[in-house]
Amino acid sequence: MELVVFICAAAMVLAGALGVVLRSNPVHAALSLVLTLFGIAVMFVSQHAEFLAAVQVVVYAGAIVVLFLFVIMLLGVDRAENLETEPLGIQRPLAIILGLGFVALLITAILKGRDALNMRGDGINVASDGDHDANIRQIARSIFTNYVVAFEVTSVLLIVAVVGTVVLARKRKSDKDLIGVAP
Amino acid sequence: MIALTHSLFAIDPLFDGGLLWTPLLILVIKVLVVFVIGLVTTMLMVWFERKAIAGMQNRIGPNKAGPFGLLQTLADGIKLFFKEDLLPERSDRLVFRLAPYLSFVPAFLAFAIIPLGGDYRNGNGGIVTWFGHQTRVQLADPPIGVLFALAISSIAVYGIMLAGWSSGSKYPLLGSVRASAQMVSYEAALGLSLAAVILVTGTLSTSGIVGSQSSLGSWNIVATGVIPFVIFLIAATAELNRPPFDLVEAEQELVGGFNTEYSSIRFSLFFLAEFMNTITMSAVIVTLFFGGPQPISIGNTTLDIPLVNNSLEGSIWLIAKVLVFLYIYIWFRASLPRFRYDQLMDLGWKFLIPASLGWFMLLAAQRLADNENWDQLIVMPLSIAVILVCFILMQLAFRASAKNRESEGASF
Repeated sequence: MELVVFICAAAMVLAGALGVVLRSNPVHAALSLVLTLFGIAVMFVSQHAEFLAAVQVVVYAGAIVVLFLFVIMLLGVDRAENLETEPLGIQRPLAIILGLGFVALLITAILKGRDALNMRGDGINVASDGDHDANIRQIARSIFTNYVVAFEVTSVLLIVAVVGTVVLARKRKSDKDLIGVAP
Repeated sequence: MIALTHSLFAIDPLFDGGLLWTPLLILVIKVLVVFVIGLVTTMLMVWFERKAIAGMQNRIGPNKAGPFGLLQTLADGIKLFFKEDLLPERSDRLVFRLAPYLSFVPAFLAFAIIPLGGDYRNGNGGIVTWFGHQTRVQLADPPIGVLFALAISSIAVYGIMLAGWSSGSKYPLLGSVRASAQMVSYEAALGLSLAAVILVTGTLSTSGIVGSQSSLGSWNIVATGVIPFVIFLIAATAELNRPPFDLVEAEQELVGGFNTEYSSIRFSLFFLAEFMNTITMSAVIVTLFFGGPQPISIGNTTLDIPLVNNSLEGSIWLIAKVLVFLYIYIWFRASLPRFRYDQLMDLGWKFLIPASLGWFMLLAAQRLADNENWDQLIVMPLSIAVILVCFILMQLAFRASAKNRESEGASF
């Protein structure tokens, strides 16, 4: 059963990932990304990480990709791109090199951590101990105790990004005068 | 196998002995019943809304088909089925066909986690016995509980958004861009007021939340102090795109909004999903704040309906409570004018989100003081003072930004 679920979810993830890369229409690509995120959520459920699955759907599928789509629609870039002309000459060779490097990195990581993957961790057994909120409790405990500094630093990073975006997107009066737009 | 069913239905005792034929049959029956209830209540809701609004506006409303016009919705549905199905030339065919299902399916999925009845009295936990198997009167009771409803409502955005975009026309696109911005913004307020409920009850599971509200004093609307309920109600109305937040389909500005180009059965799927979502959201509100299928009881006296056994009585209470909220939604529609778009965004971001966050902090401080045996008389005024200072700072920031904007002129 677990294998069947894994195969279905993995097929979803791979199909979505291929769709993101191969579809030339940005909206279709974004939808394929949603498929991938859903597949990952299913895998989280089958690994007893229900809370992560919910967060995956709420945050990634429900907010982030919606914002992607929002930008695509608002800026009207929802036309198929012309792939013949290359804005940057070395982009393609560079992408191939970086991609190969990333694959190599992944393979080494998997080979190095193979023992850890084979080992079954003593995770939370919801079925036996009867504590149905064990999942969320464990995540909360590790986020707010062991990794609290990393967590807070991440939130500061996000706020800095938001402030930066606002500053960049803001039009100043002096800019308008330069362009000569009538108020 | 057992592990997987446990992670999906964990709290339901139905699958304690692995997956057997009788539990499977009960599950299939539950799925069918929930689906049929969804369709029938939606039909009745459309009739109820038209009739109630007609009453408020001194009209008669539907009165031709069936007794009191009850079958009017059915007649409209049949008419929609037989209309020509149009596919606009400039539409994105695949997405255009996909979008109605993306809004229809989530509407039904969210209904699965609502406890629809059962006996929650005397610490029974809503467990009933069917065909010799113990189970709950709800389709699924996943450990993530209410988060599932939140996740589903965030998926529902896609239906509306893609419908507008794929139509290949200006007005639907404007409608869907409005919708996505509105729904994403209000989801934050929705989640934050939900967090207050979870903080008080200490569990995510819907049956657990219902179980913790055994008397009127422990209903979450009292336990969380009314504010989260008010915020949840407003945010839910915005999330449903119902008046006064129905900018998505503002007829005067956008023709018909995101569904302008849709006709026939695809249009009816959107229509169905909208009303279904209203019912589901009312049920979620009742579950979270008003004790779901719990009867009204003050202290030790319980308002008992005679001649009905306790588990059926739960369903009656739930229906009664949900009806109140359905009526409130219709009332909103009949009496409130539509918001302007900037007012809508201001309300969401500048009022509801800070207010729900502040209230959540206050509740958290109160509980922490309770756990650590601190003096409530010192902790509470101190936390209120801190929140007040934050509020004043925020208002100053708003004022400063408004001033800046005025001096720079409109930037859009």
